Amino acid sequence: MTATDDSRTIGDVAGLVRSKNAGPFWVTLDVFCDDDASFGLVAADGVVTAARVADAYRVDPEHVRIFRMPNIRVVKVSFPRRVSSGSALDHDVHAGQQHVPLQRFPLAAEER
Amino acid sequence: MNSEPVNIDPVTPTRVLVPTGMLGAGFTADSIRRGIEMGADAIAVDGGSTDSGPYYLGTATAKTTERAVSGDLRMLIVAAAEAGIPVIIGTCGTSGTDAGVDWVAAMVADILREEGLDRTVARIYSEQSRDVVLERLAAGRIHPLDPAGPLKPSTVERCEHIVGLLGHHPIVRALESGADVVLAGRSTDTAVLAAFPLMRGCAPGPTWHAAKTAECGGQCTVNPRQGGVLFEVDATGFTIEPLNPDSSCTPTSVAAHMLYENADPFRMREPTGTLDTTDATYVALDDRRVRVEGSRFEHAPTASMKLEGSAIGGYQSMVLVGVRDPEVLASLDEWVTGLHAFLVDGAERVLGLDPTTFTIEMRCYGANAVLGDLEPDRAEPPREVGLLMLATAADQATATSISKYANPYLLHFPLPTMRDLPSFAFAGSPAETPRGAVYEFVLQHVVELDDEYDLSRIEYDRVSAMEGAR
Repeated sequence: MTATDDSRTIGDVAGLVRSKNAGPFWVTLDVFCDDDASFGLVAADGVVTAARVADAYRVDPEHVRIFRMPNIRVVKVSFPRRVSSGSALDHDVHAGQQHVPLQRFPLAAEER
Repeated sequence: MNSEPVNIDPVTPTRVLVPTGMLGAGFTADSIRRGIEMGADAIAVDGGSTDSGPYYLGTATAKTTERAVSGDLRMLIVAAAEAGIPVIIGTCGTSGTDAGVDWVAAMVADILREEGLDRTVARIYSEQSRDVVLERLAAGRIHPLDPAGPLKPSTVERCEHIVGLLGHHPIVRALESGADVVLAGRSTDTAVLAAFPLMRGCAPGPTWHAAKTAECGGQCTVNPRQGGVLFEVDATGFTIEPLNPDSSCTPTSVAAHMLYENADPFRMREPTGTLDTTDATYVALDDRRVRVEGSRFEHAPTASMKLEGSAIGGYQSMVLVGVRDPEVLASLDEWVTGLHAFLVDGAERVLGLDPTTFTIEMRCYGANAVLGDLEPDRAEPPREVGLLMLATAADQATATSISKYANPYLLHFPLPTMRDLPSFAFAGSPAETPRGAVYEFVLQHVVELDDEYDLSRIEYDRVSAMEGAR
């Protein structure tokens, strides 16, 4: 399924979007959907892509890992932190507020 | 009541009570009583993690407070002694340094004396000296984990403390040697919970998966604030349920826990192999219990130990100043950029500092401090901003001097269009706060082990109520 002209964002249809450290050098983001329809929208081709994640989080797309888990209606994104947890220039020790850029991803597929 | 089972059938179901996600976080005596009534064979709990940042490992101090940790320990040790079951604590003292193990061991010794209990306590240490790590590095036995590169000796030399993550083998050895209370240094969260069922011969796939599911206590339930969980592992799977009769586990709440603080939700590396939950099935047994089957464990050809190290990255001083003036807030980026450039220039010109030896960072809380350059929403000016200036330098005196130099400019720096010098709102007097050393995690590497006990040390104490109090 491919969504192309939806004007909504992931945050509009997901039940929960969260972020957290996965060890001091990685951050992981989870999008939980409450039903199959919203999962279908978020998991569709072109919505959560390595290129979009790399652009929003200014990380190397080669390091972006994306998992789709239909059984629990989750899309998961992991990538290395730009600075390690709690170091002098870190702004978010637990990486607990890093979900917001992902929440704002459009459901419309990226145009490539 | 105290008799330890001998010659256990390898498929004897084994139950582990996990009171909370972290020792010191608190739980109720009722929840422990209930877990023991449910047939707990062991109590296991984690005492730390890297999640609170590098300071605790860098300083070998605990994030938790002694009163809270001691209160939790007393409840567990007394209940476990009555039931004749062991208590296993991992990653003692937040980061699992030797000092962290000793800190918890001292509390345990006091509790045993005060409660009049005779118990054998094992202390398992996994802090590593820089010399040992350098030797292994020179021998080509240390390898990077993504996203790290090859380890440099100079990085090892910078570390204030280095710990290795223990697997279950040393914990099992301590239990088999008669320990009633096992206090482990840095351990994987899962090894602490998996050790007892693995010792009993439970299947490794279900055991490691159960341990991962329960490692944060109630996090795998529908209401994480309602206390811990109990899991039972056997030959084919595991069953998990909350200690609180009013809470519940659902297939979704249990399956979702593989996501938590995990970069990969299907495969998780442990010292002796990899848990693979790709084919796991999650079935509700009733409205509060979930059964999981199909998890696999792939044994690694050689045992390894992940290393964590914390080094000093500089010394900091900070100043918090409040900005409410709408004129400044409407041109916030211009104001902050101008102020920052002025301060960097002044630190060089007035303080005589080499600009490569310090940084001044401006964080606008209320505007974009949290996400920084990733902030997607800067359309409206904020109502109020807390500007946190962080000066980082090679020593505290220099960092503090930057804050003191910056003080009048943080107080009065105007926009170019302003006809009068504004005054902003310092949060207190003095305006500057020394933060001391700022640490950073610098190791993301594994070391090959000679065997599963390599680089760990076990010490035993028989703490007897007959000994006088110290």
